[in-house]
Amino acid sequence: MLDPRGPRFNAAITTVVLIAVLVFGSGWLALAQAVVFGLTALSPRLGPYSLVYRYLIAPRLSPPTQLEAAAPVRFAQVVGFVFAVVSAVGYLSGAVVVGIVAAAFALGAAFLNAAFGFCLGCEMYLLASRVMSKPS
Amino acid sequence: MDAIGLVVAGAVLLAAVVFGVLRKVRDGRVRSVSRSASMPMDGQLASLGVRPGVVTLLQFSSAFCAPCRATRVICAEVARTTPGVSHIEVDAESHLQAVRALGIHRTPTVLIVAGDGRVVGRAHGVPKPQQIRDAIGVLHA
Repeated sequence: MLDPRGPRFNAAITTVVLIAVLVFGSGWLALAQAVVFGLTALSPRLGPYSLVYRYLIAPRLSPPTQLEAAAPVRFAQVVGFVFAVVSAVGYLSGAVVVGIVAAAFALGAAFLNAAFGFCLGCEMYLLASRVMSKPS
Repeated sequence: MDAIGLVVAGAVLLAAVVFGVLRKVRDGRVRSVSRSASMPMDGQLASLGVRPGVVTLLQFSSAFCAPCRATRVICAEVARTTPGVSHIEVDAESHLQAVRALGIHRTPTVLIVAGDGRVVGRAHGVPKPQQIRDAIGVLHA
């Protein structure tokens, strides 16, 4: 179980990074963000932004009043990882449109999470279940 | 500096702000279902535990859904403090047939079912207790 403010802090940093990816058209930055997503997916507490939160931010805040499950957060990181990898490959191979579109989607999801606490993965989970189990 | 990237970033942020604000404003609002649009769904609802003669707050939830927990607390409190109202919580993923039949596409969704078995209101997102009470109040009037 995680302090819910941690993932939102991560989403805020991610938002800034993805804006930079788009503004500078940087495949390498997208790749770096992909690595961050991947590490955080493997261990939400040990991801680079999570460490910043734990050691620099959390000590200045009161303890969390509630905790949230790690699974949806990790799922969101995996989705982010996929989009960031696609974006990096797009930019670095010259397919700039792919790079832009993938980064744009990742930015939208990260910003919605950071600014509104909106969890795109959670919302899509039910829709995905409905579609994937169509009655024959 | 990638001018197109800059424009795209701006457009995405703007669209996200609009979407996010709309969501926040509309979340939790109870939308009435008109009598003509409200088809009896007796079989589906009964299979979920809805009984005639009481107003039921039928809540669809998913696992790992923090707003669903908050909604549960609110609906349970309204049911506890209002006579003739009961609260049933259903896991959406294990009732996909009902989810499709009742047109549920988000969680939490609360259906307000009148005593005669008709769905008279729907709310997605965490409702404010007063919104639920107002919707129920109309039924008793």
